[in-house]
Amino acid sequence: MLELIEQTARTKSIVFDVPGWGRHRAGQHVDVRLTAEDGYQAQRSYSIASAPEDRHIELTVERIDDGEVSPYLADELLAGDEIELRGPIGGYFAWEEAPGMPVFLVGGGSGIVPLRAMLRHHRATDSAVPVRLLYSARSLDDVIYRDELTAADAGDVRLTLTRRQPAGWTGYGRRVDRELVAEVCWPAPERPLVYVCGPTGFVEAVAGALVSLGHEAARIRTERFGPTGGETP
Amino acid sequence: MTRITRGFHGRRRPDVDPARVPPGQYVTQDFPVLSAGPTPHGSLDTWSFTIRGQVDQPHTWTFDEFQALPRETVTRDIHCVTKWSKLDTVWTGVSLDTLLDGVETSAEYVTAFSDGGYTTNLPLEDLTGGRAWIAFSYDDEPLHPEHGGPARLLVPHLYFWKSAKWVRGLELQPEDEPGFWEGYGYHNYGDPWREQRYAGD
Ligand SMILES: Cc1cc2nc3c(=O)[nH]c(=O)nc-3n(C[C@H](O)[C@H](O)[C@H](O)COP(=O)(O)OP(=O)(O)OC[C@H]3O[C@@H](n4cnc5c(N)ncnc54)[C@H](O)[C@@H]3O)c2cc1C
Repeated sequence: MLELIEQTARTKSIVFDVPGWGRHRAGQHVDVRLTAEDGYQAQRSYSIASAPEDRHIELTVERIDDGEVSPYLADELLAGDEIELRGPIGGYFAWEEAPGMPVFLVGGGSGIVPLRAMLRHHRATDSAVPVRLLYSARSLDDVIYRDELTAADAGDVRLTLTRRQPAGWTGYGRRVDRELVAEVCWPAPERPLVYVCGPTGFVEAVAGALVSLGHEAARIRTERFGPTGGETP
Repeated sequence: MTRITRGFHGRRRPDVDPARVPPGQYVTQDFPVLSAGPTPHGSLDTWSFTIRGQVDQPHTWTFDEFQALPRETVTRDIHCVTKWSKLDTVWTGVSLDTLLDGVETSAEYVTAFSDGGYTTNLPLEDLTGGRAWIAFSYDDEPLHPEHGGPARLLVPHLYFWKSAKWVRGLELQPEDEPGFWEGYGYHNYGDPWREQRYAGD
């Protein structure tokens, strides 16, 4: 592990130097395996936050207070420590530069992580494919990669803050529902390729809204992390 | 080679019998949802279940016909490749032994197919001998669409992606053909006790 970057009060990015890493595709994940001294092991999946073009592998972990693995990664791991990563894994929730339809990314909470890799890949390849991100967080303080996403060269990024908005906020201030999807997404006839990632309830709601707006199910790719119910990010 | 992770102690659950938890899995009380796309919400009026492919003749059941078949309620542990296991889950459905009874075939492999285009492949043998069901109820309630309702394949001895949600039928095949996740690098067979998560395991 090279470096730990505090993203929000609950979220840290962890940068790894991985010798012998092959190239990954933006959106894929790794399996992290931790081994205690008595041989006990715990494994969890984490999306790769860095683009294939980036020098190092970055993960971004939200600390779940009563969790087994995320508190270790966020609070215990120190620069210089080694952990086992396996990957890259997955291939459906992945985007590669290809000429074609616009790409619409919708993230809730830590669901931004694989989408951020796609955005960075998009920028690194100077892609001409139109890409737009709709990112839902509770408040501005909960926005992961805030500086990067609000920078002048961030591209087409729309934020919605569902709980608290700062004074003078000009972005959205409501949940991602059908109306907001209709407002922000390309219309169905333009056949955008859509990636939705976040807690289960968020993904169900957004994917359902897209289908009801006439988007083809086959063009909506989802990744659900977090518990069944899951609070709205 | 396994390395000790400095400072990691883990949180073993004293209430869980380790013999019931396959390697690399942890037990959850929750029932996480994993799907590659939107949840389909089909109508029961048009639902049917079909066995086709290398068979004497295709067999199709409507939802009502299906419900009239002998049903079984089973309690099983399930294991998802994303590492969670859930113990003592209760399902009601129709055994594949019942559905395959009277189907003449020389096929050795099966592709289960679902609404939404999902497929997964299994050896036919793994669907027989009281090891697989088409389940339409979970915990005494109709199976929720997020979890694969109206009906999903239930093959608890393999990783849970093999238990295809929204299942609509089985294609009996002479050759083994990778399904959806199997085509994306997941293991072709997927035995949790041998930790067959990904191709090559
Ligand atoms: C493909 C994939 C990619 C993922 N990518 C990321 C990622 O990039 N960043 C990231 O932070 N996580 C990601 N996750 C989630 C991650 O794998 C773990 O589930 C998460 O870190 C919790 O693990 P834990 O050991 O700390 O908690 P556990 O010990 O597993 O769980 C403790 C308790 O917290 C609940 N819980 C679990 N996850 C959440 C959650 N997200 N929010 C609220 N409560 C929860 C559980 O239901 C349980 O009650 C991903 C999951 C998948 C399947």
